[in-house]
Amino acid sequence: MTLLRIEGVWKNYHDQSVLRGIDLDVAAHEVVTLIGASGSGKSTLLRCVNLLETVDDGAIHLDGDEITDVRADVDEVRKRIGMVFQSYNLFPHMTVLENITLAPRKVHKVAQAQAEEQARELLARFGLADKAGEYPDRLSGGQQQRVAVIRAIATQPRLLLLDEVTSALDPILVTEVLSIIRELKDTGMTMILATHEMSFARDISDTVCFLDGGVLLERGAPDQIFSSPEHPRTREFLQRVLDSGRL
Amino acid sequence: MTQPPKSPRQQERERIRRRQAIRSSSVATASTIVFLALVGVLVTTSPGWPRVQETFFSPEAFARSLPDVLHGFWINVQIFLIAEPIILVLGLLVALARGLRAPVFFPLRVLAVVYTDVFRGVPTLLVIMLVGFGLPALQLSGVPSDEITLGVIALVLAYSGYVAEVFRAGIDTVHPSQIAAARSLGLSHGQAMRHVVLPQAVRRVIPPLLNDFVSLQKDTALVSTIGVIESLRQAQIYAAGKFNYTPYLVAALLFILLTIPMARFTDYLSARAARRRGPGGA
Ligand SMILES: Nc1ncnc2c1ncn2[C@@H]1O[C@H](COP(=O)(O)OP(=O)(O)OP(=O)(O)O)[C@@H](O)[C@H]1O
Ligand SMILES: [Mg+2]
Repeated sequence: MTLLRIEGVWKNYHDQSVLRGIDLDVAAHEVVTLIGASGSGKSTLLRCVNLLETVDDGAIHLDGDEITDVRADVDEVRKRIGMVFQSYNLFPHMTVLENITLAPRKVHKVAQAQAEEQARELLARFGLADKAGEYPDRLSGGQQQRVAVIRAIATQPRLLLLDEVTSALDPILVTEVLSIIRELKDTGMTMILATHEMSFARDISDTVCFLDGGVLLERGAPDQIFSSPEHPRTREFLQRVLDSGRL
Repeated sequence: MTQPPKSPRQQERERIRRRQAIRSSSVATASTIVFLALVGVLVTTSPGWPRVQETFFSPEAFARSLPDVLHGFWINVQIFLIAEPIILVLGLLVALARGLRAPVFFPLRVLAVVYTDVFRGVPTLLVIMLVGFGLPALQLSGVPSDEITLGVIALVLAYSGYVAEVFRAGIDTVHPSQIAAARSLGLSHGQAMRHVVLPQAVRRVIPPLLNDFVSLQKDTALVSTIGVIESLRQAQIYAAGKFNYTPYLVAALLFILLTIPMARFTDYLSARAARRRGPGGA
């Protein structure tokens, strides 16, 4: 079943087209990774799906509804989509528990006691039970990012977007964030992630998409993309990644 | 957790630091005494000193005028206490109105811009006179005619513009990624403001806001121009009757006594904020 359908999406900044007619279907429970050089449009695509940016052409459907419809209720759409950012973006004036329960309480109208109980369960599941009362600046980068992931899934979104969630982290901390994403995949969470971690992309993805200059040049199963890429640009990109020792 | 005993090197270091601290505080004390003595000698040996001493530093006039000036000063304090909360609320509302982007709110936004432009441009004294003499002259029913209320209205109008700008500056320092994070969780613009942006913004602007409070405390004396018998007016009355200016000194002392704690508190908060932002801080 198709959960998300991206149809011919264009995005322009000034006179430059950053996305050039992207088509992409994401099935329920599927994990799609976006790879590509810096500036190829990975973040922009994710931000369009989350309506943080408006598309300049084309359409995006979630569960069959067109969310890019100008009359669509933006807040209602975002309730169904979670997003995790490269820079965590935790709210510094709130404790971990308050960060996680904010949206369930204020947006989904869950009672405080229940929201806190669910948050504590999630924290315990991802090894952060003792951090509930801490403020974000007292946590390591890896812990902050794990809290950001928990915050994004606490509202039980249909779809989770992850934008280079490990690129601000030390290699040692990367593993702990990646393991939580792997666990989410096991629970059947539908995810689109932009990443530079090629081995992780290969390991976790159902589909890998290679973006180049705003065009979705090639897509396929990870083994196919990483072992026998069809497009010369894909080969070139993977070779460069290989040379820099990141595969 | 107990710490291991200090090494001889560290003990020596701390001994030297203590000695340096003692030395710098004694230097500070000595130079202050010398400075004050010099100023004292310079003033008291000036040719006009006996006359100044008599008209400005008369202990007798001090004691006699103190009760009246103090009574007037209580009115200054009351004006401040009533005006300040209203200014905070109005300033915040104006700042928020300037941030509204929806087309329905266009008039509100324009109003907020015009308001801050006008009232930051006009001297506070002028606002007080225009409100104090102009409003009652309209003879509209429901418009208050007592001078204290008019003075409060004028100060609120004059200061809310400043305070709105302080709030707006604070809101602008909150990084857009915080709003993106809040909106991506499904919070509306209003909810993102209320729960994410404002709490961070307000914390950052507390020192400049306190600074404006200090300035407002002093400006309560300006309402004497529209006939409020507060401390400055009381001092004037006394001075005019007795040809002695000591009551002005009394009033000045009272204002200083009120503002010093506030100023020190502002310093303390600024220093604390700076420490938090300091190396390694968020
Ligand atoms: N707000 C903006 N205004 C103007 N140009 C922008 C804006 N955001 C992104 N761009 C441009 O769009 C292009 C794609 O950016 P995007 O952030 O989507 O790339 P990316 O694939 O995520 O790169 P990276 O791997 O470095 O994160 C870049 O050329 C960037 O300069
Ligand atoms: Mg990016």
